[in-house]
Amino acid sequence: MDISIVPLLAILVSLVAVPLILFSSSKPNLREGWTILAGVIKFGLVLSLLPGAIDGQTVSLHLFDLAPGMPFELAADPIGVFFAVIASGLWIFTSFYSIGYMRGAGEKKQTRYFASFAICLSATIGIAFSANLLTFIVFYEMLTLATYPLVIHKETKKAINAGRKYLAYTLTAGLLLIAAAGLTYYYTGSIEFNPGGIFADANVPHTAMLIIFILFLGGVGVKAGIMPLHSWLPSAMAAPTPVSALLHAVAVVKSGVFAVIRVVGYVFGTDVMASYGLNDILIVLAGATIILASLLAFAQDNLKRRLAYSTVGHLSYIVLGVALLTPLGMQGGIMHIAAHATMKITLFFCAGAIYVNLHRENISNLNGIAKVMPWTMAAFTIGSMGLAGVPPLNGFVSKWFLALGSLEGEMVLPLIILIISGILNVGYFFPIIQRAYFRKGEGLENYGEASPFMVIPLFATAVLSIFFGMFPNLFFNFFDLATSIAGTLFTGG
Amino acid sequence: MIETQIPALIALAFVLFAILIPVFSLWRSELAQPLAVVGSGLAATLSLFGFINYLNNGAIRYFFGGWEPPIGIEFVYDGLSAFMVLVINTIALLVLIHSKHISKREFPGKEMPYFTMAMLMMLGFNGMVLTGDLFNFYVFLEISSLASYALIAIGEKQAPFSAFRYLIIGTTGGTLYLLGIGFLYTVTGTLNLIDMSAMLPMVADNTAVIAALILMIVGIGVKAALFPMHGWLPDAYTYASSSSTALIAPIGTKVAAYMLFRIVLYLFGVELIDAVAPLTTVIGVLACIGILYGSIMAIAQTELKRMLAFSSISQIGYIIMGLSLANPFGFAGALLHVVNHAAMKACLFLVSGNLRLKEGHTNITRFDDSFRKKYPWTMASFTVAAISMVGLPPLAGFFSKWYLALGTIDNENWLFLAVILVSSLLNAVYFFRILEKVYMKNPDAADKETIAADVKRNEVSTSMLTPTIILALSLFVIGFANAVIVGFLMNIFPMQ
Repeated sequence: MDISIVPLLAILVSLVAVPLILFSSSKPNLREGWTILAGVIKFGLVLSLLPGAIDGQTVSLHLFDLAPGMPFELAADPIGVFFAVIASGLWIFTSFYSIGYMRGAGEKKQTRYFASFAICLSATIGIAFSANLLTFIVFYEMLTLATYPLVIHKETKKAINAGRKYLAYTLTAGLLLIAAAGLTYYYTGSIEFNPGGIFADANVPHTAMLIIFILFLGGVGVKAGIMPLHSWLPSAMAAPTPVSALLHAVAVVKSGVFAVIRVVGYVFGTDVMASYGLNDILIVLAGATIILASLLAFAQDNLKRRLAYSTVGHLSYIVLGVALLTPLGMQGGIMHIAAHATMKITLFFCAGAIYVNLHRENISNLNGIAKVMPWTMAAFTIGSMGLAGVPPLNGFVSKWFLALGSLEGEMVLPLIILIISGILNVGYFFPIIQRAYFRKGEGLENYGEASPFMVIPLFATAVLSIFFGMFPNLFFNFFDLATSIAGTLFTGG
Repeated sequence: MIETQIPALIALAFVLFAILIPVFSLWRSELAQPLAVVGSGLAATLSLFGFINYLNNGAIRYFFGGWEPPIGIEFVYDGLSAFMVLVINTIALLVLIHSKHISKREFPGKEMPYFTMAMLMMLGFNGMVLTGDLFNFYVFLEISSLASYALIAIGEKQAPFSAFRYLIIGTTGGTLYLLGIGFLYTVTGTLNLIDMSAMLPMVADNTAVIAALILMIVGIGVKAALFPMHGWLPDAYTYASSSSTALIAPIGTKVAAYMLFRIVLYLFGVELIDAVAPLTTVIGVLACIGILYGSIMAIAQTELKRMLAFSSISQIGYIIMGLSLANPFGFAGALLHVVNHAAMKACLFLVSGNLRLKEGHTNITRFDDSFRKKYPWTMASFTVAAISMVGLPPLAGFFSKWYLALGTIDNENWLFLAVILVSSLLNAVYFFRILEKVYMKNPDAADKETIAADVKRNEVSTSMLTPTIILALSLFVIGFANAVIVGFLMNIFPMQ
């Protein structure tokens, strides 16, 4: 395994930006300049790891001991790089968008906002590159803490209650994760992530294994939005929209599903998951979440809340793909991380642009807005069709592999769930598009398209999701990467 | 060879300055506080040298007057005591530096007796840690207790009353302890710890020994504020002067807890105790109840100092729970928590001192977001210490929780594990409540901008701010360097 300092630098670059952001508090342009600069450098650093990851290599860095025998260790393995590329790449888009949104909406305390955002990104990349459970927990809790100021940003009663709920869920989850990590160490003497799983050679009683798995599930399931642990997510929509876009569609929730992949593939190992029947629990929970979240999405009139429930559902696509325990299912799940990220961030960007521009946040008020905001609504249409799985958008590719995965695993139920959910997705997205394009709007005479700072990023992410759908290997060889990651997790089988 | 004299010199530094302070104060009364700083600084430096010397050359047994035990008395400077004196003297130094302005404000004209008493109390604490003799421990216990009764009586109007209550309860505890060692002396004929631990296995089935053990645990439990012997603590900490609380709270209960470690793990040994009665389990369960009780009571408080006092009861529970686990992880977790909690609680009490000096109160219901503007560094330190108390990585508090959790898992004690985890959540409730008030505008306020435009930065002076910030930063340092500390602690675990 090669040693490299790049993973550490990728984490640190946005942390270094934090004091710079704080000290440029009185000069907004310079302050946002630091954010953009850190974002670009971070993305560059992460990209430099990509060629190695595509070849299946891992670079690592052992820094010091967090506890005796438990090092603070970073390892940029293929799955970690995959996640880091998505998170850091979309951060750049979000940074530009944030400038337009925060200034357009006249939000207060923008310095705190941009500083917290930078810490969140450090934590997310740290989660991607953690080589063992303890390092992972450090970044996982850091992410929880750094997201809190963003959730309560508006400091209204609603926001503060959402913040409390968020902390209650995520701090409890962190504690369960600590207990799970401790038990893992007790039974196996190791906390190191490893593609075959830590438990592969351990002789653990069935009940104990079940309890450890449930503790892990509680620990990572909150951020992954698995029902019934999801309810913080719709409440957290009280945050400014860029936060919902990057954190609650990409960084935080994807950290959750990324953690599911780590737990299933690198802690338990696919063989152990199958032999103890642990994946059945995941399939049932994920399947139920997909259907229920899609149904609940119908009931939401608030656009952001509808998107939030849609996020809950799509996160469970990924969990379901992982739980199938077949290479194709795993590949589909991993690819859906990228697919859902680009599309959902587009949709949230659109929702934010509509809010800042027209001050509307309810779907029932969106009649005819496509006339005044054609670019935004075009992007919204692309994103929502992609999520519904319409070819050739990228949601289709990942769903196709999820479907193949369930056939490979000779399971019919997941396939049925995927089909039903696809229909439900169309059902809850189509009325929005129909209202925007085909109904007559009122009071829109004096409005035009939102600021270019918002429209360009949101259109760019929409275009990105088309390209990823048609040519998944075009930019970053994502397709090959997902294939090889899925391959490493099933070498034994 | 000066190194071999260090154990005695540490204690003598405090004796010397306890005499120098009254003498010099006759000449210039404002010299009392600087002299106390010099005295504790000297002790802290000696402790540091002594600790390094221990790492290089091993333990020292210092015989007073050259008389070897069992005839003479001794100071035992082994890994555990070297570690403890380093911790308590460093914290005391920082708190005494901080107390300059508070002493002028809260008890003007009483600096001389106050700082003399502080020196005597530190003498008592250091003596308790260093002594290798059960009776000497009692003597030092009484020295520190008498001094701390006086320190606690200096403060608000109710302070003398709460100090008197502490005096009654504390003296009862001391007497029970004395009774216990009387029993042990009649059975073994010695008071020296090392001597006695060799003899105890031969007389373990003697009921007097068990009675003695129980008496000693109860007696010291009072001083350690182990549930349900904690009754004196909340009032004593709340009404005493801010500097008294900041000095006693992080150190006092820890020293008593240290003595429980000595008695349970070193003198008797867990096998010996548990062969006769499941006392370690009883202690552990009491600690658990204390953890939950302290946390829940802390949530109910509206006065910051009182909240911190209840939180102390809860945190001492962690330490004693670690002791009752009697495995390397529990031991290391508990002693790491001694350091962590000393640093965190000192930091929090210094913050409350800063706020009392500037605002005149520490009533949580009257906190608002102007604090953030007025005291940015004080509140930042508070935030760091609070997050560490909740136990979020990479701050120090997380790691003691992590080792304690590993310790409970090693013993397959799921109840204790659950208590540790639940208690973190309760800590989060009472600390985030304050952070919300300080960092966010009040959503109920009619006027949307509650920070008045004329609120200016009004931070405390450097002599108060520096110790506060050092303690807050130390939580990062301890967090990142905890593997070194824990590696050391696991090495000195007595039951390998």
